[in-house]
Amino acid sequence: MANSSSLWSDALRRLLKNKAAVGGAFVLLILFILAALAPWIAPYPYAYQNLDLGASPPSAEHLLGTDILGRDLYSRILYGARISLLVGFVATTVALFIGVTWGLIAGYFGGKIDTVMMRIVDVLYGIPFIIFIILLMVVFGRNLWLLFIAIGAVEWLTMARIVRGQVLSLKNQEFILAAQAMGVSNFSMFKRHLLPNILGPIAVYATLTIPQVMLLESFLSFLGLGIQPPMSSWGTLIKDGVESMEEYSWLLIYPGLTFTITLFALNFFGDGLRDALDPKTSDN
Amino acid sequence: MLGIFFRRVLLAIPVLIAVASITFFLVRLAPGGPFDADKAVSEQVLKNLNEAYNLNAPLSEQYFDYMSGIVVGDFGPSFRFPGRSVTELIMTGLPVTFELAIYSMLIALLIGILSGVVAALKRNTFLDYIPMSIAMIGICVPTFLLGPLLVLIFGINLEILPVSGWGQLPGDKILPSLTLGFAYAAYIARLSRGGMLEILNQDFIRTARAKGLSESMVVTKHAMQGGLLPVVSFLGPAIAGLLSGSFVIETIFQIPGLGRFYVEAAFNRDYTMILGTTIFFSFMIVIFNLLSDLAALWLNPRSRDT
Amino acid sequence: MKYTKFYLLGLIFLMGCSSSEAPVDSAVESKIFHYGNGTEPQGLDPHIVTGVPEHHLLLALCEGLTSSNPKGGESLPGSAASWDISEDGKVYTFYLQENGKWSNGDIVTADDYVWSWQRILTPSLGSQYPDMLYYVMNAEEFHTGSLNDFSKVGVKAIDDLTLQVTLKEPTPFFLGLLSHYSTWAVHKETVLKHGSIDDRNGQWTRPGNFVCNGPFNLKSWELNKKIIVEKNPLYWDSDMVELNEMHFYPISVEMTEERMFRAGQLHVTSTFPSSKCTPDIKETNPNIKIHPYMGTYFYRFNTKNEALSDVRVRKALAYSIDREKIVETVTKCGQIPAYSFTPPGSNGFLPDTKIPYDVELAKELLKEAGYDSGKDFPKLEILFNTSEGHRKVALAVQQMWQQNLGINVELVNQDWKVYLSREMIGDFQVSRAGWIGDYEDPNTFLDTLRPNRGNNKTGWENPEFDRLVALANATLDQDERYEILMQAERLLIDEMPIAPIYTYVRVYQLHEDVKGWYPNILSHHHPKYIRIERD
Repeated sequence: MANSSSLWSDALRRLLKNKAAVGGAFVLLILFILAALAPWIAPYPYAYQNLDLGASPPSAEHLLGTDILGRDLYSRILYGARISLLVGFVATTVALFIGVTWGLIAGYFGGKIDTVMMRIVDVLYGIPFIIFIILLMVVFGRNLWLLFIAIGAVEWLTMARIVRGQVLSLKNQEFILAAQAMGVSNFSMFKRHLLPNILGPIAVYATLTIPQVMLLESFLSFLGLGIQPPMSSWGTLIKDGVESMEEYSWLLIYPGLTFTITLFALNFFGDGLRDALDPKTSDN
Repeated sequence: MLGIFFRRVLLAIPVLIAVASITFFLVRLAPGGPFDADKAVSEQVLKNLNEAYNLNAPLSEQYFDYMSGIVVGDFGPSFRFPGRSVTELIMTGLPVTFELAIYSMLIALLIGILSGVVAALKRNTFLDYIPMSIAMIGICVPTFLLGPLLVLIFGINLEILPVSGWGQLPGDKILPSLTLGFAYAAYIARLSRGGMLEILNQDFIRTARAKGLSESMVVTKHAMQGGLLPVVSFLGPAIAGLLSGSFVIETIFQIPGLGRFYVEAAFNRDYTMILGTTIFFSFMIVIFNLLSDLAALWLNPRSRDT
Repeated sequence: MKYTKFYLLGLIFLMGCSSSEAPVDSAVESKIFHYGNGTEPQGLDPHIVTGVPEHHLLLALCEGLTSSNPKGGESLPGSAASWDISEDGKVYTFYLQENGKWSNGDIVTADDYVWSWQRILTPSLGSQYPDMLYYVMNAEEFHTGSLNDFSKVGVKAIDDLTLQVTLKEPTPFFLGLLSHYSTWAVHKETVLKHGSIDDRNGQWTRPGNFVCNGPFNLKSWELNKKIIVEKNPLYWDSDMVELNEMHFYPISVEMTEERMFRAGQLHVTSTFPSSKCTPDIKETNPNIKIHPYMGTYFYRFNTKNEALSDVRVRKALAYSIDREKIVETVTKCGQIPAYSFTPPGSNGFLPDTKIPYDVELAKELLKEAGYDSGKDFPKLEILFNTSEGHRKVALAVQQMWQQNLGINVELVNQDWKVYLSREMIGDFQVSRAGWIGDYEDPNTFLDTLRPNRGNNKTGWENPEFDRLVALANATLDQDERYEILMQAERLLIDEMPIAPIYTYVRVYQLHEDVKGWYPNILSHHHPKYIRIERD
């Protein structure tokens, strides 16, 4: 296998050439900073209502206006960023963890273990997960951690398949056979030989999973099953915005815009990453 | 190919059984039962109601009764609508959801394939970037945001299209189909673009061009068949996704389809209805995945997937 | 790609086709009434259904012994032309209409009523309203299974057209009760032809099978689309009926219904989006109707909770809610602040109870109870079912309690079923509640807070209150009775197991062509009086 450090620097070069991806990364960086600093930079607490004020369009006191209960939209979007991004990352991490482990084991050991493990994935693939998540939310109530686990549990399947595929193609490479001959332990094999080489596709897929997860969370919130008010994710903000969009359109437009821009950024960055790491599928 | 077909069918059966069983036990875990109402139901009456629906029998007995009923297509009576069977209710909602799915699919195919093919042909020009960016919108803007936005523009500000309903006001089928279709158009655009790019680079295309065939002939007769293969494989999961994902659209636009029935049944603890729709959706998903895989195989026997 | 244009056009055309003239305009000639009816009805069996949309349909399709007076007040004759009440008020003799007919031509007989009441009281039917008839001698015993012989229940057919009912106590509101659909008759042969007496899933309510004794017949029923009923020429009072058909639309989204009304598709809506309510709504929208409704929006206290078991705490909480502010800035649609549990004006009952908005007094009471300025007061949870409207009220109350009393309040919303089950098992501290009267008499409210009532849910069991309400039920003289009920109401407000917040109003839109639609506190609008006339 080629010298991995030059592989990475090649990839980085390609990535930096991709303007959309760079733009996306930039936006994401700003977003993370804003979300992290939200408790300090938000002008109002997210639950503070001003009933006498009610809904008002953007003004000097309220940059993006207020909602029906007089809560500052700008602050709520900032706090919402924390929640939405948190869900995105945690759920993706859960999916990553399960998926990578599953795929590694199935791909490396092969044979009966592989068949059984992948059959399970096939069966689970056939289940309409949206339906189950809804049911889970209804049954167990709106619990944040349950939400993470439920969403993560949906997304790990594809990750497992991808990882397994990668492992299969790596398995017969010389350096793996050599390590096996030297008697390297399985755990060491995973950690030091296989994992670094599949990091690329994992990173790509993870970056592309985050927006999926965020979409899923916001969809659940829209149905009333996600984050419980007064805490709000972008999904609940959009839901509230839809309900009053006729009279107070800013309540829909600003959260919607923020959400969309974030997803764009994530997708551009993820696509860029994928193109950078796998020149065959890029245009150049 | 027949072997693969049978293997898939065989695989489908445990899936459906698993789905039915998990759902069966899951719904009964939910707090709140189907008969809880604002006006408190006395213990006596609750007992009577449970009797009437066989809910007092031991769980295992209920489970076997239910499963044996499903095999002959009997999903039981609806809890919420006495006198109506779940099958009947599903049959009322299904044509609506199906119609929505078909219209959306047609829109998705039209916009998607057009954009993807044009983008592939005019690679790295504006005609590539613009359709692909618009396609990105479909991927990045959730349906429950896109729908209301379209409603805001066309229904409320311009007032040329109705904002909800299905068949109640003229033109009310347009916005929901457009919203749902656009989301899938995005994926189809990317897939067709990718597929076309791969095909267009191949030798036989260069040969065809060299032979002097017109560009449109080259594209339509030679390239598209192979180039659109990924789209065909995607169709199955897409339609299945349309069916089950329709409940966001149906909720926003108040369409009396199967998706909305499902969400309402879940909220109302209408056990039999939840089970019936879940199993039905799973069944549809399995069938459509199977059909599209078969179609893909038939079109290109080389793309075998294990 | 030339086909694309055709393709697109064709698609849009397919999706967009529909008709031209607005339904309310063509209704002037056709006399078809278009009714926005909220949610899809569960069914049409009067002994099984429980909701308001079902009620609207049943008012058109069937009729009980008495009919509530659309202008309020004394009950009118229904399928009973007249009645006698014995001296002691326990025996009612109903003389049925001579030309009272079922929609298939059969005569409505007293036996039909006897059989129907047996049906609703049959335990295996699982009816949710059998307690409407519990006032009849031995009815409760039959329903709970301690009595198996229905002939011992106090309802008898003296002859074909004479029905005799014997009550346990002289229940003064019995006639009003009979306007509730659970006491109505169903056609025995039809029911038995399509199922047994207690078959919940019997098919007798399908169009084509359905037989009943009301001003209209069931013509068609398209699930989630439309229910059509047409004039029944065999109805005993059919000369009065001017409408030819009624179309009921199940539209559960307020905004859609509102738009359909504006597009001329509906004569009446079931509700009105509260976000569109403005203080001057009556001036800006001539079609808006806002009427007091026999319902109270209140907060339940779980009196088993340590802090809430003290009546001073409960009163402190109730006295620090600014009801005026809530109806003006939160609900905004003409709701009326409530200072009693029974809505004022229920059949002339006017409670004189008061609940002052007195923060100083509230603070005093809290201090007396040992929680000076809210110190050591446990965190209070307000439970409500997920709804923007309930949230807004809860937020306002939360702010008032925090600000005025210094206590810590948390809001918990659950979806409908979970909320119900938590209330039922007493897993709450304060919960949002609403109660709508089943018939026009204070008893429908006060009865719910008696001990051992499933609807009580507060854990408050007051023997004096129980005694007063029972006594009132046995008192024939209206004035005397109301005096007793007034004492009960005062006791209730003095003990405050619940804190009333506002009296419901019905807010909806009614087209100006509609005549014969009278506002009343139960919001019963009998289709037989409705006319469509364009000035």
